[in-house]
Amino acid sequence: METKPLTGRFREDGRAVSLKEYHAAGGYDGLMMALSMHPDNVQKRVQDARLRGRGGAGFPTGLKWSFVPRTPGDKYFIVNADEMEPGTFKDRELMERDPHQVIEGAAIGAYAIGAHTAYIFIRGEYRYAEKCLQQALDEAYLQGILGKRVMGRDYALDIHLHLSGGRYICGEETALLNALEGKRPIPRAKPPFPQVAGLFGQPTVVNNLETVCNLPHIMRLGPEWYLSLSRCEDGGTKLYGVSGPVNRPGLWELQLGTTAREILEIQAGGMRPGHELRAFQPGGASTDFLLPEHLDVPLDFDSVMAVGSRLGTGCLIVLDRQTCPVKMVLNLETFFARESCGWCTPCRDGLPYTETVLRDLVAGRGCHEDLELLQEMIQWMAPGNTFCALAPGAMAPLQSALRYFREDFERYAGKGDG
Amino acid sequence: MSTSSLTPDEITAIRKALDTYLWPEAAAVDALYIVQQRHGWVDDAKLEAVAGVLGLSPAYLDSLATFYPLLHRKPVGRKVIRYCDSVSCWLMGSDRLAASLRERLGIGEGETTSDGAYTLLPHPCLGACHQAPVAMVADRLLTGLDPADPDTLLEEGDGN
Amino acid sequence: MVEIEIDGHTYQVREGASLLPTCLELGLRLPYFCWHPALGSVGACRQCAVVQYKDAEDVRGRLVMACMTPVRQGLRIGLEHPEAERFRASIIECLMTNHPHDCPVCEEGGECHLQDMTVMTGHVRRRYRGFKRTHRNQHLGPFINHEMNRCIACYRCLRFYRDYAGGTDLQVFSSGHRVYFGRHRDGPLENEFSGNLVEVCPTGVFTDRTFSAHYARKWDQEYAPGICPHCAVGCNLSLGARAGVVRRVINRFHPKINGHFLCDRGRFGYDAVNDRLVRPRFEGETGVSGAALDILRGWRKEGPLIGIGSPRASLESNYALQRLVGKENFHLSPTASDRQLLDRVLALLMRPEVRVPAPLECEECDAILVLGEDVTQTAPRVALALRQAVQRHARDRAEALGGQPWQAGVVKQTDIGLRHPLFLVVPHATHLDSVAHYCHYAPIGEMARLGFEIARAVEKGADGHVTPASDIAATLLKAERPLIVCGTSCRCPELLEAAESVAMALARRRGSAVDLLCIVPECNSLGVALLGGGTLEQALEKVERGEVNGIIVLEDDLYQRASASRLDNALNRLDRLAVIDAWNHRTAQRAKLFLPAAPWSESVGTWVNLELRAQRSFAVQPPQGSSRAAWRWIDAAGAGEWPDLEALFDDLLQDYPQLRPIQALTPDPSGPVPRQPHRFSGRTALNAPRQMHEPKPPPDPDSPLVYSMEGLPFHLQPPELQPFYWQPGWDSHSGALNANPRQADRGVRLVDSMGPGDWPIGISATESPGGEKTGRYRRGYWQVVPRYHIFGSEFISARAPAIVQRTPGPYVALGPEDVVKLGLRSGALLRVHWDDEELVLPLIVEHGLSPGVAALPWGLVPWFPADGEIGLQPLEKGE
Ligand SMILES: Cc1cc2nc3c(=O)[nH]c(=O)nc-3n(C[C@H](O)[C@H](O)[C@H](O)COP(=O)(O)O)c2cc1C
Ligand code: SF4
Ligand code: FES
Repeated sequence: METKPLTGRFREDGRAVSLKEYHAAGGYDGLMMALSMHPDNVQKRVQDARLRGRGGAGFPTGLKWSFVPRTPGDKYFIVNADEMEPGTFKDRELMERDPHQVIEGAAIGAYAIGAHTAYIFIRGEYRYAEKCLQQALDEAYLQGILGKRVMGRDYALDIHLHLSGGRYICGEETALLNALEGKRPIPRAKPPFPQVAGLFGQPTVVNNLETVCNLPHIMRLGPEWYLSLSRCEDGGTKLYGVSGPVNRPGLWELQLGTTAREILEIQAGGMRPGHELRAFQPGGASTDFLLPEHLDVPLDFDSVMAVGSRLGTGCLIVLDRQTCPVKMVLNLETFFARESCGWCTPCRDGLPYTETVLRDLVAGRGCHEDLELLQEMIQWMAPGNTFCALAPGAMAPLQSALRYFREDFERYAGKGDG
Repeated sequence: MSTSSLTPDEITAIRKALDTYLWPEAAAVDALYIVQQRHGWVDDAKLEAVAGVLGLSPAYLDSLATFYPLLHRKPVGRKVIRYCDSVSCWLMGSDRLAASLRERLGIGEGETTSDGAYTLLPHPCLGACHQAPVAMVADRLLTGLDPADPDTLLEEGDGN
Repeated sequence: MVEIEIDGHTYQVREGASLLPTCLELGLRLPYFCWHPALGSVGACRQCAVVQYKDAEDVRGRLVMACMTPVRQGLRIGLEHPEAERFRASIIECLMTNHPHDCPVCEEGGECHLQDMTVMTGHVRRRYRGFKRTHRNQHLGPFINHEMNRCIACYRCLRFYRDYAGGTDLQVFSSGHRVYFGRHRDGPLENEFSGNLVEVCPTGVFTDRTFSAHYARKWDQEYAPGICPHCAVGCNLSLGARAGVVRRVINRFHPKINGHFLCDRGRFGYDAVNDRLVRPRFEGETGVSGAALDILRGWRKEGPLIGIGSPRASLESNYALQRLVGKENFHLSPTASDRQLLDRVLALLMRPEVRVPAPLECEECDAILVLGEDVTQTAPRVALALRQAVQRHARDRAEALGGQPWQAGVVKQTDIGLRHPLFLVVPHATHLDSVAHYCHYAPIGEMARLGFEIARAVEKGADGHVTPASDIAATLLKAERPLIVCGTSCRCPELLEAAESVAMALARRRGSAVDLLCIVPECNSLGVALLGGGTLEQALEKVERGEVNGIIVLEDDLYQRASASRLDNALNRLDRLAVIDAWNHRTAQRAKLFLPAAPWSESVGTWVNLELRAQRSFAVQPPQGSSRAAWRWIDAAGAGEWPDLEALFDDLLQDYPQLRPIQALTPDPSGPVPRQPHRFSGRTALNAPRQMHEPKPPPDPDSPLVYSMEGLPFHLQPPELQPFYWQPGWDSHSGALNANPRQADRGVRLVDSMGPGDWPIGISATESPGGEKTGRYRRGYWQVVPRYHIFGSEFISARAPAIVQRTPGPYVALGPEDVVKLGLRSGALLRVHWDDEELVLPLIVEHGLSPGVAALPWGLVPWFPADGEIGLQPLEKGE
């Protein structure tokens, strides 16, 4: 429990931790502690713990909170449980197996920014996770953990679940706000940032679900303990996952900064017999490929960045030598093209275009010029050139694939020339 | 606008959803789910009825409904099979799974079997990548599927 | 002003503005799609990318969207940076993956913003080999065509229709590259401003359906700067014509009146001019002009004639008639009570405590009280401006939160929970209700009473929010720029008086003039009120007394002004009735002599709008058939000796020295202004069936415009006379305008130069204003209020085929309570009667209509009772 705070309570049988069990393992002590502190001090504690957001961008959580104005008025805290990044399956586990941890974390976050309403935004496919959370919420209300007087203190909080209608873009925090408001989930222009004017025009913080699950423990055991969990500058553990042709695909809570080699070879038991590692995406579909030579890179935010990728969601996707990397990229781009919200041109029309070019390539209709075209597309959809980060994320695997697997692309490229 | 195509229960449930939010638009997806739960999809009459309860224009509501892939604006089979076609499942053979499902059901993607039993849809990552390939039948997640064996999937899917 | 650097050149520009329009105004070619000067920036299309450098040292820079970038001192920009150019070409390449190659058959062809941008970015080679997505098109009613496959998803249509104009039936559906812009189901676009989609859409998705019926390429039409004759707002527009057919109306930017947008009545009402009378008629037989004139001259010799002028005719024609018959025999078609209202309006507008805003200035007002007007129906463009005023607080808030007031998305997402400063006191539900903070529906008398109550509360300096009146008063008092909107549509002098007392109280409290806009019925209502003349009743009395030899009616149907029995009674005694008009109507049918007047599209004329702004409208084509400008008929009948309009105008100003400022109306250009674009084709071919050599272009003695492509180049044309917009590289109408925005205010505001003593009061103010409208009525009788319809209530536009399709049939409307009380359903037939009139009309339920009050559609049923009450008897219960 002290080294695996997020998953330490998980039951062997996979069922959700009950409120009784949760209490027995120190549950809601963190919230109690937070409620006894001034919200500013809660924020300070989280800043000191150097918790960085687990939603993909790694933004320091305490710092994000500090942008919320201290003025009175409605504020909202939102837990982002949209988890639609392909290859990612961490938030679901947290919801299904320890729902009270989510609620406690959300309550701490809400208290820290002075919000009296919180929403948990769950992707629509996660019906079972929703059920677990709803049950936990009902228990929490019944026990006076939520409601007009949270844990008997002079603080009111309501937490609502919202089931999304689908689409990857809904996870982007400003699109999520529009989705919750009942508008089309198109990202918003910034400034103003959500912390200043977010949901229903009020100051709002959006945090990833895993991020939120860290909060009770930081409250309870303190920043120093939290920092000691990790192997890097930033604090805490991280849920790492592996999918693809490995012996034991799965999800583990490990020290932040664990190397890819330890995760792949020890936790996941190495490649399946007859499969050889060609490359891996360190944190979901929108992260650049890394090669076997990067296996010893610690998977923390800064180290992964230094080798040209992103930690992302920390869920690794493994590519073996038998599988065609061009086809894998085609699969990825098909996803991104389908999920574009349709707001900005490069993403809406550029991604289907990318998909078409790749499809032509693998169908033997490609030409050499297509590789230049793909290279250009990476520029069209470079960060800053599109309205939000969806398309740049889509370009990450393409760009690294073109660099690392050039010969595979070349092999296809000749076919349509004649 | 007539609300007669909704049951009193549905109307009550929609009104309750309204309490969760600051304004009616925000309850739109909840409301459409409520209707879809019973009928499998949302037809024009029900969409207009829901719009009436929420006080929104049907066009506004349809603008949302058509954005979201989990809301059906066309009829679907009694069971919707959503096999994951995203990267991890693809690596583990979702292509072959899809092909065997198509063959077994005799339909293409997006189509419904003639007996109205199944609709087959490709679906983005279902968040169970370590158990790939996976599919969702009705609201049930089925994992660790054998790409060559569509029947187990159909049987398990029937097990609700 | 700040200094910025673009591609190494420095420029002085306005601080805080968006970089995109700043570049355009500097004459730089920067392509764009989603930006629109009135709709602001949203950064969606990514077409306007430029490189921005951090500082003087930065050599790499990064791409930013010009439309989203505020101009600041020291901004350094690379517009021609190769990276920016490549990126901009890539946007077109992306858009072209789905855009069809149907330019040859596309009505947008040749004036297409997408074509322009494609050329501008230099994207020429197609690399995409995939399929294009296809869509089904919808039937959107008589005004608009739909071809969704041409859509480039700039979202402008939605942002105009839904966010700017408040329409609820156009939406975007689906997601990704499948997005679809249309209606939930096929059907006419409901919003009153749908026609602007034609200009707002940068491609050919939404095109003008009335134009399709007689389509001609942009460069193959002749154009003229016109003024919309369909209401008193006086929007500026451009008429396009070819080969004797007026083809379409497009917006002509006026910075203070209509900006970028027209209402659908103004845009689609033009077609009436293509179906009208063009031959003289005597005793039912078509005749020739000379004979017709001889007859009129003969009548004149035989005895005194009465002239009846019209508020839809120009100042010039009315004046000509006055000269022909003499001042003492000149009357105006509005009845005494309507004239009294107009005189009251003039007096009100000229009060020093009142400031009359231009229509678009209403957008700046931060508290608005509308008293008794369904503005959307009676002055549509003003209603659109009021809608923008409502967003003022949101713009301020967006700015306070670090956004820009021109970032439309930011404004929209911050417009939450803000109190919209619009108060409506109206007889029934209106289309502005949904954005109003407070709506009060009441019978006419009660509306006036509430008005007086507000005035008293203002007087007392109310700050409480106890009653609606004190709440409204408190908001008006707090406002920086409060506005009162009133009008004559309820035909109730007390309502005007109430509006006046609110304005006076506010002015006293504030110590400065207060904005007040008063809506009057017709395009020249105030113009003719300034000329003065007897009332219609007085004219009829003269006839009844046998004092006159004949009547000349100018451009009007008297049966829409007074009751049929009264008119029949008078006209039956009189043999000599002459009507000068372009259309047939009940009065024209009775006329012994009919002279075809050139309608507004074929003659020059001056009108005075609701802000007392005189504006001149020009002919787009010579008078068709035997028609002539009405004043020319009158001149030929012996009124004066006016070789051209200028000569007539000189006489007019001699007689009305207070109108002298109008002299400045038309600038004297340094040469002729061509109506034809330089690429105008087929001059010879057009005429080939009749003669092979090129005919001399028809003369136009009345204006500096010529029927030719030769004359002043665009940049030397005064904006008052500029017939259409074009700039090299910018063939689309709006693109050309934005590339060279000439913001010049135009027209002459008489209100700024005239005082209370400056016009002849036509009738004595002591005459009875008509029945006391208190809502106490006899049993079985209802107070009747006119219900106005943008489509149908105005005479000329009601004759345009597309408008006819959107015009409701005659009906009588009651409020929901009365309908329930009477046990009726909508559609039930009622016998409706007043005076000698009796009609059977279907029932409509009108939300907000008070008990005891009925509404009749103005212009769609005969003249209403003067005493304001009607009897109703149900004939059947309804469906
Ligand atoms: C296209 C797109 C999809 C995203 N999807 C998710 C998601 O499903 N879950 C999530 O937590 N964050 C997602 N994000 C990141 C969020 O925008 C946001 O940064 C995050 O929720 C912040 O939480 P954190 O600070 O706790 O990391 C997505 C971002 C983008 C651009
Ligand atoms: S009808 Fe009135 S508001 Fe509409 S365009 Fe014409 S003048 Fe303007
Ligand atoms: S005009 Fe700037 S992004 Fe569209």
